[in-house]
Amino acid sequence: MKGIIVAMPQTEATMKKQTSAAPDSAVSVRNVSKNYGTVEALKNLSLEFPRGQLTSLLGPSGCGKTTLLKIIAGLLQPTSGRIEVNGAEVEGPGPDRAFVFQDFALLPWASVIRNVAFGLELRGVAKSERESIAERYIRDVGLTGFEHSYPHELSGGMRQRVGLARALSVDAQVLLLDEPFSAVDEQTRRKFQEDLLSLVKHENKTFIFVTHSIEEAVYVSDQIAILLPRPSRVSEIIRPTGFRHKDVDSIRRDPEYLDIVDQIWASLRSYVE
Amino acid sequence: MQNRPLILKLLSAAIVFGAWEIAGRIPVSYAFPTFLETMEALVRMTLDGSIFQAYAETLKPLVLGVAISAFLGITLGLWIGLSSWFDWLFSPIFVVMQAAPLAALIPILVMAYGIGLTSKIFVVCIMAMPVIVLNTSSAVRNTPASMKEMAHSFLAKDRDVLLKIILPAASPIIFSGLRLGISAGFIGAILSELKITPTGVGDIITYSRSIADYPSMYAAIFSIILLAVVFLNLLEKLENYLFEGNNRGYASD
Repeated sequence: MKGIIVAMPQTEATMKKQTSAAPDSAVSVRNVSKNYGTVEALKNLSLEFPRGQLTSLLGPSGCGKTTLLKIIAGLLQPTSGRIEVNGAEVEGPGPDRAFVFQDFALLPWASVIRNVAFGLELRGVAKSERESIAERYIRDVGLTGFEHSYPHELSGGMRQRVGLARALSVDAQVLLLDEPFSAVDEQTRRKFQEDLLSLVKHENKTFIFVTHSIEEAVYVSDQIAILLPRPSRVSEIIRPTGFRHKDVDSIRRDPEYLDIVDQIWASLRSYVE
Repeated sequence: MQNRPLILKLLSAAIVFGAWEIAGRIPVSYAFPTFLETMEALVRMTLDGSIFQAYAETLKPLVLGVAISAFLGITLGLWIGLSSWFDWLFSPIFVVMQAAPLAALIPILVMAYGIGLTSKIFVVCIMAMPVIVLNTSSAVRNTPASMKEMAHSFLAKDRDVLLKIILPAASPIIFSGLRLGISAGFIGAILSELKITPTGVGDIITYSRSIADYPSMYAAIFSIILLAVVFLNLLEKLENYLFEGNNRGYASD
């Protein structure tokens, strides 16, 4: 993702952040419940997602994080309640949201460039135009030279870069990431997390990020919503402030970072069998 | 598999044909000619044109039957795979068709459709279609859910999901069904010529056997196998051309 890390003075980035961090929500979840038969997956859940920021949904497995994300994406219908994106109610998938899948969901029969351009292809963008857009994002995620490779020829980390480039290329306001780094190795994962921070900083988009890693959530988030299971509800919202604009290398040594990680673990530990 | 060296292919052919030649020379049976005698008969039939006349007859039910089976079979298979109601309605027919002892059914077909082309096409279809339908429907049913979900999240219409996700994802199994179905269709075409009326290649086989001209009989059988192999290879080329990345498994493997 070399292309995305633009050298930008720290102060300027901070100012930009402060002006865009107005209490304005890109996505609102209002009293959403979801039942599977008699099982209550989500119960009366409400949550606001501030514009231009990254919000993590964090919780033990089975707490309905992915269900909530798919409801926001319009892939699942809530049993009751509503979702608003920029004030408009969500009825199904829309051009204002793009999804990054845990298992990448790439088309094995299509080359990298066709996979990246697939969202645009479905929107009826002409081939030459969508390929030039796709090429730009392939460069941004650092996959130049692999345009005509097939997914089976790429490593897990590279496949997820393709998935990310596909989501970026449709230029949606809201990016939904469903445990995007859980299927890649630890080193790749760290690199991804750093890249994600600079994406949030430089792309004016709202990110909703599902993860089960406490460290990952604290490292990348402007806001962390802790979900507790059966039925799922938001138990706590944490907004790390002190280290958000620090250098990527010093975040993990910041006392506030360590405190928040401990605090979250303390509240989650009783739910882990 | 694609770039299996030519030398290996030649070697395996040499071993098979060598064994045939030796078995013919022993001889294992007086009704079993050597490889060279068979090839001689094949060359003779090619030169006097009789093999081409035979194929002009045999290819009619074969090509029509295979084309109908492929088209109808894939269409029906898609439908069955997409709708559980269609599955309930049609799947049993093809399961029964696949298990039916065809040779025993041929007299009924002849009574219903006579001894002409129609009955022969039916025989080819009964042989070829079930496996095409059943493979297609199970492939469609097993399309990875995450790929369909991905397409929906990027605003795919139902038509896009069918043409750009379900069909390509199902293509390896559809093509393997086509391969099996077409080989069965070749068997059906010859079977119909042996069982209904001796025409074309079936006539050469029946006639040569009756006058104990075994080399010609085996040459006819050899030629039909050769044709089937060539045809299946072309089909594989088509598949690789259409869905190149499918060649080596799924990205999520």
